[in-house]
Amino acid sequence: MTAHATSLACGQKISQETRQEIRHERGQRAVFCGLTGIVWLHRKIQDAFFLVVGSRTCAHLIQSAAGVMIFAEPRFATAIIEERDLAGLADAHEELDRVVRRLLERRPDIKLLFLVGSCPSEVIKLDLGRAAARLSGDFAPDVRVLSYSGSGIETTFTQGEDACLAALVPDLTRSTDESLLVVGALADVVEDQFSRLFADLGIANVRFLPGRRAADRAPIGPNARYLLAQPFLADTARALEDRGVTRIPAPFPLGAEGTTLWLAAAASAFGIPPARVVAVTEAGRARAARALQAHRAALSGRRVFFFPDSQLEVPLARFLSREMGAELIEVGTPYLHRAHLAEDLALLPDGTAVTEGQSLDDQLDRCRAARPDLTVCGLGLANPLEAEDLPTKWSIELLFTPIQGYEQAGDLAGLFTRPLARRARLEA
Amino acid sequence: MQLTLWTYEGPPHIGAMRVATAMRGLHYVLHAPQGDTYADLLFTMIERHGARPPVTYTTFQARDLGADTAEIFKQAVAAAYERFRPQAMIVGASCTAELLQDDPAGLSRALGLPIPVIPLELPAYQKKENWGASETFYRLVRMLAGPPAETRPKASCNILGPTSLGFRHRDDLREVRGLLGELGIAVNVVAPLGATPADLGRLSEAAFNLVLYPEVARSAAQWLERTHGQPFVETAPIGVKGTTAFIEAVATLAGIDPSPVLSGEGSRLPWYSRSVDSTYLTGKRVFVFGDATHAVAAARVAAREIGFSVVGLGTYSREFAREVRAEAAHHGIEALVTDDYLAVEAAITAAQPELVLGTQMERHIAKRLGIPCAVISAPMHVQDVPARHAPQMGFEGANVLFDTFVHPLMMGLEEHLLAMFRDDPEFHDGVAPSHLGGRPREEAGTVVAAPVTATAPVVWSIEAERELKKVPFFVRGKARHNTERFARERALPLITVETLYDAKAHFSR
Ligand code: SF4
Ligand code: SF4
Repeated sequence: MTAHATSLACGQKISQETRQEIRHERGQRAVFCGLTGIVWLHRKIQDAFFLVVGSRTCAHLIQSAAGVMIFAEPRFATAIIEERDLAGLADAHEELDRVVRRLLERRPDIKLLFLVGSCPSEVIKLDLGRAAARLSGDFAPDVRVLSYSGSGIETTFTQGEDACLAALVPDLTRSTDESLLVVGALADVVEDQFSRLFADLGIANVRFLPGRRAADRAPIGPNARYLLAQPFLADTARALEDRGVTRIPAPFPLGAEGTTLWLAAAASAFGIPPARVVAVTEAGRARAARALQAHRAALSGRRVFFFPDSQLEVPLARFLSREMGAELIEVGTPYLHRAHLAEDLALLPDGTAVTEGQSLDDQLDRCRAARPDLTVCGLGLANPLEAEDLPTKWSIELLFTPIQGYEQAGDLAGLFTRPLARRARLEA
Repeated sequence: MQLTLWTYEGPPHIGAMRVATAMRGLHYVLHAPQGDTYADLLFTMIERHGARPPVTYTTFQARDLGADTAEIFKQAVAAAYERFRPQAMIVGASCTAELLQDDPAGLSRALGLPIPVIPLELPAYQKKENWGASETFYRLVRMLAGPPAETRPKASCNILGPTSLGFRHRDDLREVRGLLGELGIAVNVVAPLGATPADLGRLSEAAFNLVLYPEVARSAAQWLERTHGQPFVETAPIGVKGTTAFIEAVATLAGIDPSPVLSGEGSRLPWYSRSVDSTYLTGKRVFVFGDATHAVAAARVAAREIGFSVVGLGTYSREFAREVRAEAAHHGIEALVTDDYLAVEAAITAAQPELVLGTQMERHIAKRLGIPCAVISAPMHVQDVPARHAPQMGFEGANVLFDTFVHPLMMGLEEHLLAMFRDDPEFHDGVAPSHLGGRPREEAGTVVAAPVTATAPVVWSIEAERELKKVPFFVRGKARHNTERFARERALPLITVETLYDAKAHFSR
């Protein structure tokens, strides 16, 4: 490793099938760590508590990412490591037990406790897996205790969800029945829409990971298949495959086209004829088409630049270019999972510039030089770019807002058109 | 380990960022993992900065741990110098990098950059944000302040303390500059806000220093006093009395007569407080919590300038516990010094105040308890950076404080009308004032299932409970509190209707 702070770009075409120019970049990154996922995961699993074992920085990060405090007693907290915890690991374990005991006494409603590792807990080698096993023993059967890492040295932003879901996989029950597991946190409303569509398609036994409650432990086994609803779930996928579950390859359900292809992939895996898919999705496709129509004029021909952030960039770029007619200047993504994104990558226009990794200042230079019509970036960069008269869409909203499926396709487009419409109003 | 739901202060390197972002021509290289870059949004979103903070993060990853992280740090410092060409740099580690012990000081020295590079040691597992800001500013001043100047005009000063993400620092500065202008005192350097490293080199050209926020600037000012013989004023110009005391102190140091300024227009606060509508403010029970400077000042203004009773006073600034305890003693109470938000909530619940002056955290507590609240201190929220000029300091600041403290309460005449019409259906007990959202209020008394105090519980008879219900809801909390206190002080096992009226007679003013 010779050049870190300056960029190291090795732009080479990687393969024939993905006709994109994929470059790698190393340097300063401007992304959240995996702890951020707690902000949406704790709302999804309604009786789970997330206890970060970390520093004051970790506590401050979650608080800042969540906006100011919304809840009196949220279902997340930080056990802040102090000077004396650094002195001896044995004592640190004892301290952790004390904190967990106090927490669970206060919150009898908690059924599932995640111990979430951070950079400090990893650097001092505090074994949270061991702690979780020990505490699970102490608190069974009322509370299960699991652990995963959301640390910034191991995980980038949405990878925290990946680590959390991967930790849930060994905990799922076993079954040899045929079933479908939809993987990745979705808003409840989106889940319900998809459940109805799968039922109409004739796929029985559809479960979601994560479940809404700790007790929802979907049965899986060799006759189960999984369908990713989010593109950042590499470890979860691997854990599922270790348990014999097979992946249904598909583009991600963003936009009308993405949703149709996603549902069609599932249908085909279950031997359901394409005609059935056409019939079942007809109403949804029509509604999505109407909703998207309203936004197309605003986005068509607009030049869009993505900073790396959520790993949603590739499917979002595919949606913007194919369904909204936008032009892609650069699609930055923190990591590119080539297998999981193969279908989306194949749908990007030839020669799209995809950048994996980041060197912040170099990328800012490129963005300024290109002067895009819309820049998709993290919260830290949005106002500075706006101040340079570059319209932005801050990307964390794409995780907090329901955007998947037919009924949300218009909302998804709306997230991108709103900053443009707002400018148009102010400049009128 | 400390279980923390919400924190009042970030880690110490956030304090260093507040100093670096406030200044110009200074760059900060922070050895930290990628997630720590969240700190940018505090500045770009909360304070709406139009530029990224002048901070380079090394964003090392797990695979770099070992020999490589030190190299990454060196390269980041070199690259940041090349790209930004600052006048000076500060370098340091966040919590994770502190554990790696890469020695930012030695590594940056080895680069031999042609500018001052100031290493910061900010122990992340012991200290917090304000301490970090103070230490950073102190190090910068120590390193960059020139030798004592030969001549110093007597009527000249530096203004020390305002930073980025400081509660109303931007507006306070304008007020204080205005006051100094009226007094005819020259401002030599303002720092950190707006200063360059070169400006810090001119600090010694002023006769004395004004410390607006001791949390940030006391250590630097003490050092300048010791080594450069510059005295400093630390009186917070908050409230009319605070501003007057400040002007007098400053004028004394500058050898100037303050009376023309003091007899000038001043603030509307004193008259507004005396006007009859304000009668209803008398003795309102307020609970104050915040950083030390703002909490102490708010308590003083509340009690001495508006006529409230301060029933609770606390701070999360442990470094300034002494000052806050001393102020609490003036109000006959004991200060609450804690950064445990749940402890603050318990204290507010137990005190049953009619108004809370606190931070955004207390605003949420107060909202849950149905108590009016005004925000007087950091931690910062986007609402604490208003578009309008809204200082806390100076005479205009006193006007702002009057409005801030009083507007959340019901207007005086309204309160009388509510009392008169309290049996009308529109004014039934469950209705909160419409400016508080009009939602039914939770009764404070029922929230305290088990009072946090160790004293024996007092029991209400059914009749007394029923009688209490007839007391207008907006004074019921006070009636309950006073009656219980009365009963406890007399060790009465049961509160009867008699006790209720005995207590009322006892406390009536
Ligand atoms: S990057 Fe590491 S130290 Fe920073 S907030 Fe995330 S887990 Fe905590
Ligand atoms: S909003 Fe309603 S309750 Fe509030 S001050 Fe105005 S009239 Fe009174």
